Amino acid sequence: MSTPFYVSPQQAMADRAEYARKGIARGRSLVVMQYADGIVFVGENPSRALHKFSEIYDRIGFAAAGKYNEYENLRIGGVRYADLRGYTYDRDDVTARGLANVYAQTLGTIFSSAGEKPYEVELVVAEVGTSPEGDQIYRLPHDGSIVDEHGSVAVGGNAEQISSFLDQRHRDGMSLAEALKLAVQALSRDTNGGEREIPAERLEVAVLDRTRPQQRKFKRIVGRQLSRLLGADDAAAAPTEAPSDEEAPEDEA
Amino acid sequence: MEANPRSTGRLPAAFLTPGSSSFMDFLGEHSPELLPGKRVLPPVQGVIQAPHGTTIVAASFPGGVVLAGDRRATMGNMIAQRDIEKVFPADEYSAVGIAGTAGLAVEMVKLFQLELEHFEKVEGAQLSLEGKANRLSTMIRSNLGMAMQGLAVVPLFAGWDVDREKGRIFSYDVTGGRSEEHGYAATGSGSIFARGSMKKLFREDLAEEQALTLVIQALYDAADEDSATGGPDVGRRIYPIVTVITDEGFRKLTEAETSEIAHAVLERRREQPDGPRAALL
Repeated sequence: MSTPFYVSPQQAMADRAEYARKGIARGRSLVVMQYADGIVFVGENPSRALHKFSEIYDRIGFAAAGKYNEYENLRIGGVRYADLRGYTYDRDDVTARGLANVYAQTLGTIFSSAGEKPYEVELVVAEVGTSPEGDQIYRLPHDGSIVDEHGSVAVGGNAEQISSFLDQRHRDGMSLAEALKLAVQALSRDTNGGEREIPAERLEVAVLDRTRPQQRKFKRIVGRQLSRLLGADDAAAAPTEAPSDEEAPEDEA
Repeated sequence: MEANPRSTGRLPAAFLTPGSSSFMDFLGEHSPELLPGKRVLPPVQGVIQAPHGTTIVAASFPGGVVLAGDRRATMGNMIAQRDIEKVFPADEYSAVGIAGTAGLAVEMVKLFQLELEHFEKVEGAQLSLEGKANRLSTMIRSNLGMAMQGLAVVPLFAGWDVDREKGRIFSYDVTGGRSEEHGYAATGSGSIFARGSMKKLFREDLAEEQALTLVIQALYDAADEDSATGGPDVGRRIYPIVTVITDEGFRKLTEAETSEIAHAVLERRREQPDGPRAALL
């Protein structure tokens, strides 16, 4: 007869956390960052159809690293939660804080229930305010904790290194082109300090733009607008520097 | 969380269950009591008195489609509201105007907007214009029980068809029957007069400005003959709601723009009360 062997709760949790972290680390990192007019999401994503970023509600966006089917499930849950809440009460009653709490509870319950495999995902929930002070960014690791972030945040495989790179260089009031280029620079650094090129076609970029006249502030940046923003330094360096004047109409287009 | 007050705060299983991209389907499974069509109807004697919206008109032109509505809501012989809005954006490329019981109509629009938005967010792509029009059909059909008790909702749906690159108009009856209209359409109590007016003024090759004037002329004619339709209220500065949808998306005219067109129309009507004349042959 075999004796049931004992695993201490600490050990069980540590094993689960390691399992989840390894899963997340296999995915590519992504960056969520504040800029003057809102919040920008930047990540490397070879797929055009399977998104890492998406709209949840008017002012709320979602970003995720890790296992696609798991975060997609959470994303749809979040859209349902937000739409139901907005339908029951009012559109203004849907907040990133509320959504982040629901995600945290969900992830936390899954993480600590012995019957379920922990989710290998790390999420970011961001809400753009009417001014930069009102912006909110929440990072939700696999275990259901919530971290209230400011300025910039990275999640995924190489997140710590990218975060510290961004912390040193990110400042308030950056233009969209500046923020985008900084994010790409951060994502192009690999673990051993070298740099590689990420072509524009492999980038997924989206913004929550507070200056958009529509109620829904989420917008994907693709194609010509993306290459224009990425190439803006060539144009700005050659003639006179006028990046901030140039960006405003570009955003509208 | 309202979704399940007894839960631990975790998203209920229904939220994380893979399923349809329709918000109405989700609502039907998760909280059916919130769906307008699922309400239990009490037995009612006679007709329920509730504010009614009246006239909605639409006209297409080569670059898009115009949808407009007057501002009056009536309850029996009373004017219930002078500045009601009956034309709403459904999404980026479509709009819906509503005649019938105002309270139910506004609720239906809210659910319809949400249905389109929800699909778009979940799928990452918009429904086709045809798909949107069919969805609205389903919603009207779910209101049939109320319609039989006199609480009918009759929308007019217009949008820019991105695939066919043209503006299209769909009209509905109370049973959810849907028909595509070519050129122009109207619904509501003043629609007979509005349709007659547009019939004489409409041409296939109207410019956008002309289409905008056309719908205001039609609303004027409807208000002229139908007491439940309100004309431009110059004294209170209440003008029709006029929206235009082109390949650039939905746009609602500003009050300044509508007042300008309305004033031009009123000015001409002072000299010629019956409005522009068509050639006899």
